[in-house]
Amino acid sequence: MQRRWIIALKVVVWILCVSPVSWLAWKATHDLLGANPLSEVTLSTGHWTLYLLLITLAISPLRKITHLNWLIRFRRLVGLFAFFYGCMHLMTYLWFDKFFDVHEIVKDIYKRPFITAGMTAWALMFPLALTSTASSIRRLGGKRWQVLHRLIYASAIAGVVHFWWLVKRDLTRPEILATILAGLLGFRIIDRLLATRVSRPAMIRPETTKRTAPSGVSSG
Amino acid sequence: MLIKNIPDIPSSEITPKSVYMNRRSFLSGAATLGAGLAMLGCEMVKLSEVVHASTKLTTVKSQFSTSEPETPFKDITNYNNFYEFDTTKYGPANLARNFRTRPWKVKVGGAVAQKKTYEIDDLMKLAPLEERIYRMRCVEGWSMVIPWVGFSLSNLINQMQPTSKAKYVKFTTLMDMTQFPGQRSQVLDWPYTEGLRMDEAMHPLTLLTFGLYGETLPNQDGAPVRLVVPWKYGFKSIKSIVSIDFVGSEPATAWNTAAPNEYGFYSNVNPNVDHPRWSQATERRIGEFFKRKTLIFNGYGDQVASMYNGMDLKKYF
Repeated sequence: MQRRWIIALKVVVWILCVSPVSWLAWKATHDLLGANPLSEVTLSTGHWTLYLLLITLAISPLRKITHLNWLIRFRRLVGLFAFFYGCMHLMTYLWFDKFFDVHEIVKDIYKRPFITAGMTAWALMFPLALTSTASSIRRLGGKRWQVLHRLIYASAIAGVVHFWWLVKRDLTRPEILATILAGLLGFRIIDRLLATRVSRPAMIRPETTKRTAPSGVSSG
Repeated sequence: MLIKNIPDIPSSEITPKSVYMNRRSFLSGAATLGAGLAMLGCEMVKLSEVVHASTKLTTVKSQFSTSEPETPFKDITNYNNFYEFDTTKYGPANLARNFRTRPWKVKVGGAVAQKKTYEIDDLMKLAPLEERIYRMRCVEGWSMVIPWVGFSLSNLINQMQPTSKAKYVKFTTLMDMTQFPGQRSQVLDWPYTEGLRMDEAMHPLTLLTFGLYGETLPNQDGAPVRLVVPWKYGFKSIKSIVSIDFVGSEPATAWNTAAPNEYGFYSNVNPNVDHPRWSQATERRIGEFFKRKTLIFNGYGDQVASMYNGMDLKKYF
């Protein structure tokens, strides 16, 4: 894909990713956040963190299926926006819910499983955001960088668990997100299994013929 | 069509809101006729909105009212938990628009001298309606101050003369999937039921509620009749009641059945007993930025604490 198309698309993705927070800001200034505005901001930023995390995780499978390699050039952008919403979500909790009372926050993380899960999800995103630059990839080396960035799987799982555990009764939304996440992770597992199965015969065939010969002798 | 269902209550001072609103929009509609068809369209939208407006109620003041600032009507009638409609906060206000509250019967039975079925308009006249401004604390950690209209449930109980077998009172919400779309999902075990111990039901604070802000209850707030038990979490205050039964043992209640480890039968507001998943120590009063400390029995301890003397409130949460 041509460079200028990539740039144009990046602008579109930027606008799309910024729109939820702009919409929130617009509603906040027009008294449209309803009766419990702080809860609305917390919920909305939390939802968008999860949506963007799942979109980030969908990019690689989508590239594999469609062979549109340029898709990968949007992964970091969307991933960083997931982190951005995650930071805002964390901020609403630290500020509006706990008013930066460190003692209360520590107690909460320790005592409340859904807070523990949410904090874990955020903490796992943090090193990924820090090492998102091209120079970090060079410094760490592609292999190590890739291993580190597998933390996103754990972060997404912790994030969905966080949502699941905090819902009062109606689990529909966490169930939908968990199903999508399971699909995205399942795709990777199956893709791996298929890849090893396809590559194995070519590599293993000479070995197995070698091995069957002596074993045939000894058994006979 | 709904206008003819407006309850027949002492009417000297009432002009139903729907009528005067209609009158106003008729006048303004006439005045703006010249502005063209588009304006007329707007007026028609306004008319369809006011058809559902409620009726003014005559009330007397109550010594049980708090002097704290009341939560705006707009918030009380838009931020609702009413799972019979749906599980969102803002959904019920819209989904409840066409809910039919007339005709409406309330069946009172169980261990009583004589069972009786009340027409809602007769039930409302059982005792003088009072305005009771109560704090309302939701189990989710937010609270409101609501000027309810009703009378102590004890008025009805005394009238019914429960027998010595009556130890608890069980309340049941209407079951009607055509009007309550939420009842098609399995989110709770429908119909919604709630219960109180006899002494709790007889307590003067326990309010059989027909209105708020001086008017009949908006549908999304539990019309035409609901319970309000201000020292307990909001879900104990069951909405749209169709039957009241005096029973011998603790009745099954909707949220307790759904999650017994999270919602107890008593569900008294208590900052010292956390929900298993979140703290109950603080709450956000709707309209306020800072959180406030939650009070034991929602601040009604002086009146109700003695009913629970000697009870382990952590065990009987």
